[in-house]
Order: sequence, then C-alpha cells, then structure tokens
Amino acid sequence: MYEAAHGRAPAVATGIKRAVPDSVVFTYQGDGDLAAIGTAEIVHAAARGERITTIFVNNAIYGMTGGQMAPTTLPGQVTETSPYGRDVKTAGYPIRVSEMISTLDGAVYVERVSVDSVPNIIKAKKAIKKAFEIQLQGLGFSLVEVLSICPTNWGLSPNESVKWLRDNMIPYYPLGVKKDATTGEVK
Amino acid sequence: MADKVLMKGNEAIGEAAIHAGCQCFFGYPITPQTEVAAYMSRRMPKVGRVFLQAESEVAAINMVYGAAGAGVRVMTSSSSPGISLKAEGISYIAGAELPCVIINIVRGGPGLGGIQPAQSDYFQATKGGGHGDYRLVVFAPASVQEMVDLVQDAFDVADKYRNPVMVMGDGMLGQMMEPVEFKERPKKELPEKTWAANGLKGREKHNVINSLFLKPEELEAHNNKLQEKYREIEKNEVRYELYNCDEEMDLVIVSYGTLSRICKNAIKMLKKEGINVGLIRPITLWPYPVEAFDKVIDKTKNGFISVEMSCGQMLEDVQLAVNGRKPVHFYGRSGGMVPTPAEIANKIKGIVGGAK
Repeated sequence: MYEAAHGRAPAVATGIKRAVPDSVVFTYQGDGDLAAIGTAEIVHAAARGERITTIFVNNAIYGMTGGQMAPTTLPGQVTETSPYGRDVKTAGYPIRVSEMISTLDGAVYVERVSVDSVPNIIKAKKAIKKAFEIQLQGLGFSLVEVLSICPTNWGLSPNESVKWLRDNMIPYYPLGVKKDATTGEVK
Repeated sequence: MADKVLMKGNEAIGEAAIHAGCQCFFGYPITPQTEVAAYMSRRMPKVGRVFLQAESEVAAINMVYGAAGAGVRVMTSSSSPGISLKAEGISYIAGAELPCVIINIVRGGPGLGGIQPAQSDYFQATKGGGHGDYRLVVFAPASVQEMVDLVQDAFDVADKYRNPVMVMGDGMLGQMMEPVEFKERPKKELPEKTWAANGLKGREKHNVINSLFLKPEELEAHNNKLQEKYREIEKNEVRYELYNCDEEMDLVIVSYGTLSRICKNAIKMLKKEGINVGLIRPITLWPYPVEAFDKVIDKTKNGFISVEMSCGQMLEDVQLAVNGRKPVHFYGRSGGMVPTPAEIANKIKGIVGGAK
C-alpha cells in the first residue's frame, strides 16, 4: 500500500503498474483530490489507458480538511468556503468527472454508482468488480464514481444525508454506465 | 577495456542509467535536458524496459515514487524550473526513504530564467528544495565521463541508503560531446529491498510506502532516524578532487562542475605569471567536502575564493568550512554567463596582488 501526495495517486499507480505489470493496482480518491488538485493526473492516466482502476468517492465536499467547497459541490450548496451557497457566477460549476473521463479513448469502463440504498450498494459492488475484471484482462483504464454521504460536514444526520444525496446529488450526477468499451456502450 | 565512444552529455546520462540497471524512466521535456528523455525513449523499449513521458514534472516524480516503492531502479531528469515542480515529490520520496536518481541539467533562474548553463540551483539541491528536514546526496560531475561514472554510482548510493540522489550538471555538460567509456564495474553488495511494496512475496503483512506520521513523537523518531542516516552518508560518501594543492599556494579556488575545468585553465595561466593557485573541486555538493579545506588551509596565503555560475550560493558552504580561519573571496557570473579563464585569473590577481 502507498500513501500518495494529494491528487497524485494516478501517477504513483502508473509508476507501480509500469514497474510491476502483473500487480493489481487501484487508486482510492476523493473529489477534492481527484477533481481539483489531481485533475491532470487522472485525465492523463485515463488517456494513456493505464491498466489501473480508480475508485472515486464523490461526496460533494472536502471531508478531511473539514468541509470546504469541492469541485463537485452543487450550485447553492453551503460549505465552509461557500458560506452563502456555491455561487456559480464566481465559483463556477461542478465537474461531472465520469462523463468527462468517458470521452477519453483510453478509458474502457466508467460507471457512476451510489451507496444510498441496498439495491444501489449491490450495483456499486458489481461495478467495482467489473472495473477490476477490466484491469485483470489488461483492457485499459477503469473508473467507478461512488456518490456517498458526509453527514459530519453536511451538518445532517445519516438519514437526512441519504435523502439529501437522493434529492440533490443523483439529479445532478446521474447514475449508470457512462462508457463500456467491452460492449461498445457509450452514454 | 571497453571502447571509447563520442557521446553528448545528456545521452551519456541515459546510457549510464541503462548500464546501472535502471528499469523505468519517467520524464518531461525541458531545455536543456530534453535529449535525456529522447535517448531513453529510443533505448528503453529496445532493452525491454519502461520509458514514459509524463503529463508534467509533477506526475513524472510521482511515477518515480510509485516505481521506486515497488523496488525497481528508476530515474527522472529535468532542468531547474522542472525540478521546482518535482520538489514536492522529492520531499515525499525522501520522507518515505525511497531510492531513485534525479538528474538536474541546470539553466539560469530564477523563474523561467534562461536556457544557458548555470549553477543557480545549488541551494535548491543542497539545502532542501522541497519541504521538511531531508537531504539529497548531490553529485556534481565535471566531464561527460565523470557523468557516466557518477550516474551509475548514484544508483548504488541511492539503494545503499534508501535515499534519492541528484546528479547535477549545467547545460554545458548536457549539451557537449566528449569521449566516454562504459567501464566494467565491480558488483556492489547492496541490501535487499525487503521493504518494497511489490506484493506479499510470502510476507505476512503488506509493506507500506508512506511519509505520513501524525503523532509528533513518531514523526520526530522518524526524523531522528533520517538524521542518523545523513550522518552516516557524511562519513562515507564525501568526494572531492584537490588540484595543484601540494605546494604553498597564493590562493585556493573552490569550484565544481564544468566551471572547475575553466578554473584549471586559469590556474595554468597564473602559474606562468608566478602565481600559484590550488583548486578544491567538490564532487559531492552534499555531503560537502569540509575535510578538503582542512587539508589545504595551512598552505594558502590569501585564503579561498568560491568561483561559481551563481550569485554566492556555494560561498556559504565555503565560509562554513573555513569557519573564519582564512579570508574567503567570491567571484560569480549568472544568468548563463560563463566566465573565461582570463576573467578568473584577473580577479585572482586583484586579490593576491599581481605577479611575484
């Protein structure tokens, strides 16, 4: 196991996979890490078709540093650094990472899942399994975006958080397979 | 004996790394070192090894972190502004105690600076560059042949101490051609990489590569361990050349890299005028060859002069090594200006008072 610098996990994973090609390598990255400081690394790892898997956890906020606005924070969403709600006129718009990555030829399998309900958790498990199978078959880059909750920094109870995710995140970040080059499916 | 071949400095770096068993090279184009990456892109696939052009210097150094942690020999190369971008990763590599080789073919700074030869990254290389209490071993070759030898040594030193090693040359050394020989090298006894995160390999627990210690007691203990290692490196790895230092001297030049060769010519010119000047040439910039100063300090009438293609960066180490025992003078050019032997000789005549 490696601890990579903030945002750099896809580059570190590239180094590992190239050095030891028969190893199974995945990155586990949050939305601040992957979609802000590490945008270049994830885009280029995907574009190169690195035979790695990325599990991308999107909870629309910086969790570890205590609840600041992330690139995935929704318009109007209140965070420590968007206290009046994210104003898209000054703070811009959220990034839909899965849709963006699915435009790259090196990305073989991209799916967005959610862990707000048991059926969705089962779907998430299936997607992650498929992403690793893609890697084991040496087909290229795979990414699973997991919409998840952050009760602490959202200031909501776990139950309220699940409802908030369903009501706000899923409409902005539609679930499903964004690209599956093994079947030719691109959404 | 191996055959001599004519090679450009930057290409010789690549070939030396291949000879040393470098398995992976991660690079990014920047003048005046781009030929290292170009050479590796041609040669590495032919010998069944990895060449990858990263999307940035930041990514390249993190790929190095990944490959080094997996236990293979790995190298990256860049030039000054690119090394600044790599500084974050170098600090992580030093913190996680990973061996790797980093080439810096220095150009003039600060900022975007220029692309002509300079030594203005001395502070960055020897005093940190990245954050935290760490050290790089820094080799400063003066010829393409020495570059070839030191790049190979750099891999051994890196593996021996689990520490990043930088080989620093200026744009002149990277660009010029000289005859080189890839000598047969005795196999070094090096510790096995039992710490590498390359799968379980029969171990009970996964190896972990990291530089995160949230408890102050643990981070201090880690730092103390690093410091112990650095003291060991200071004891074992100091390298320098003494030139014309046997007799009584009017002055001793301290100079490294290609500039030291220009200084040798200045010394020859001055000799004809009856002025005897010696030279200390640090080959390791860290650990700094303090002992070289002790060897010559009683033989120099007018002390020392640090001659640099920077604005007095090595001067501080010269002053520390001399520690007030003799005067310390300075002559430096910067921005890609390379001093001539006559220029250096004139400066020295001004200090020692002309011909005897």
